[in-house]
Amino acid sequence: MIELVVGAIEAILMVLVGLQLSIFLLYFERKGSALIQDRVGANRAAITGLGRKLGMPNLGIVNTLVADPVKLFTKEDFVPDGADHFLHALAPFLALFPVLITFVVIPFGDTITIGRHTFNLQAANLNAAALYLLATIGIGVYGVSLGGWASNNRWALLGGIRATAQMISYEIAMGLAIVAIVMTYGTLDLQEMCRSQGGVWFGFLPRWGIFVQPLAFIILLTAGIAESKRVPFDLPEGESELILGYMVEYSGGKQAAFMFTDFAEQALVAMLLVTFFFGGWQVPWLYRDGFHLPGGYFIHVASILVSILGVIAFLIKVLMFCILLGLVRWTLPRFRYDQLMRLGWKGLVPLGLANVLVTAFIIVATGGAH
Amino acid sequence: MPMGLFWFLAALSVLSALGVVLQRNPLHCLLSLVLTLLTIAVLFIGQDAVVVGFLQAIVYAGAIMVLFLFVIWLLNVPVETRPTGHLAFKFFGMIAVAALLAELAVFVLPPHLKVKYSGHPAGYGSIEALAQSLFSDYLIAFEITSILLLVAVIGAVALARRSSEIEIKERAQDAARVEKAA
Repeated sequence: MIELVVGAIEAILMVLVGLQLSIFLLYFERKGSALIQDRVGANRAAITGLGRKLGMPNLGIVNTLVADPVKLFTKEDFVPDGADHFLHALAPFLALFPVLITFVVIPFGDTITIGRHTFNLQAANLNAAALYLLATIGIGVYGVSLGGWASNNRWALLGGIRATAQMISYEIAMGLAIVAIVMTYGTLDLQEMCRSQGGVWFGFLPRWGIFVQPLAFIILLTAGIAESKRVPFDLPEGESELILGYMVEYSGGKQAAFMFTDFAEQALVAMLLVTFFFGGWQVPWLYRDGFHLPGGYFIHVASILVSILGVIAFLIKVLMFCILLGLVRWTLPRFRYDQLMRLGWKGLVPLGLANVLVTAFIIVATGGAH
Repeated sequence: MPMGLFWFLAALSVLSALGVVLQRNPLHCLLSLVLTLLTIAVLFIGQDAVVVGFLQAIVYAGAIMVLFLFVIWLLNVPVETRPTGHLAFKFFGMIAVAALLAELAVFVLPPHLKVKYSGHPAGYGSIEALAQSLFSDYLIAFEITSILLLVAVIGAVALARRSSEIEIKERAQDAARVEKAA
């Protein structure tokens, strides 16, 4: 019973962490972009002027995290003439929901022992979690495509079609990368994958997946950015040609839901990259009993502290990847549509297939996984 | 799987399957079909065929239905109108449906009602068990199916290429005609 309650709490926590990361990405979208482009950025809505009196720099926090959301959610909820009302209302949530339920399979820590109980720091320990990921990501296509169709707008429909084609194409590359990873670790269970990334090679190098599957990392990173429909893969939105693509007829809360889907997908991609390639919750050289530093030094750490350090390490790694994705978003220009398709079908898919083939040969030759 | 959950999902899948047939907007039908496939996937997972369930969700609900979506968009399938024609068609159609339902209820259903759930071997439905049966007992059938699919893919590409070659030839002819006229 207690396991079930803790599992439910963990699931809610994980979804909340995903949303918090989305909010961080939203902030980075406004203020981080200004930093990159040497602008001032969002600096209005300093409500009392208190910060300035205290000599604090204006970080635009009230502006981006309070004023903007309040504006979004109090806007008129407009439904265009001739739109399919039911699908128009359903689409944003059909897009957001599959992303949010994917967060529950991500392991954010090793087991933690409190009193007599030992809890697994993963909300849902599915033994086919890698397949679950692909299923939820695949179903996420419907929200965007139906949003485009239900708006009764040519640009929205074009955006929806583009989004669908793009997501389906890059899903294949993503699937191939995940197949190679599953072969390397010999399991579909994400918690097991994290566990088997503990320990070191040559006495100092953490046994992280990035050192075994660098190609899969590049494929998953690229396909992940394409799945989240952000620059340089934001052709479905392409504001210079399609205004805002599938979101053009959305306003207020529904548009916020679409926007949050993209941010949440970015957070999800960051979590997946960390789980598959950067040891998940593994802290380098930290074992259950403490740090075994290279060179034979040993620092004892209490068991419960090891679990907590793992959670902190996971969050830090995910945050780093969120920042990396934000940097990519504000550095690269947008692809052309044919370039996007060529990269997907003629670049990533053959690379992914070759990677799977080479991985299979190596596994058969060495007679074991990882 | 709890019995209540099973009945709920079973009812949902039947209702959404009815929705596929009864709704008139092709996109609403498609969404109902997606819902049907997803509930069946959850039923699979609930009965410990975890991998089959997820594959159902990935392949059918996630990929093939998107293909249907594209077909509906590209062919611009209109909203279905009420069937016109003689009332007698409807009358005899109803009789035929009733006869079919009666036949199913009398001949097909009874043996299924007697089936008792009798557990399953350890590891049933896991990816290892599935791979074991696919790559040992059913290896030839599996490989032949994959070759068949490969042939279908190559055939589709060949057909698509041929039509584009014809187009190129026509375009060249058009250009020549324009040149001659000039």
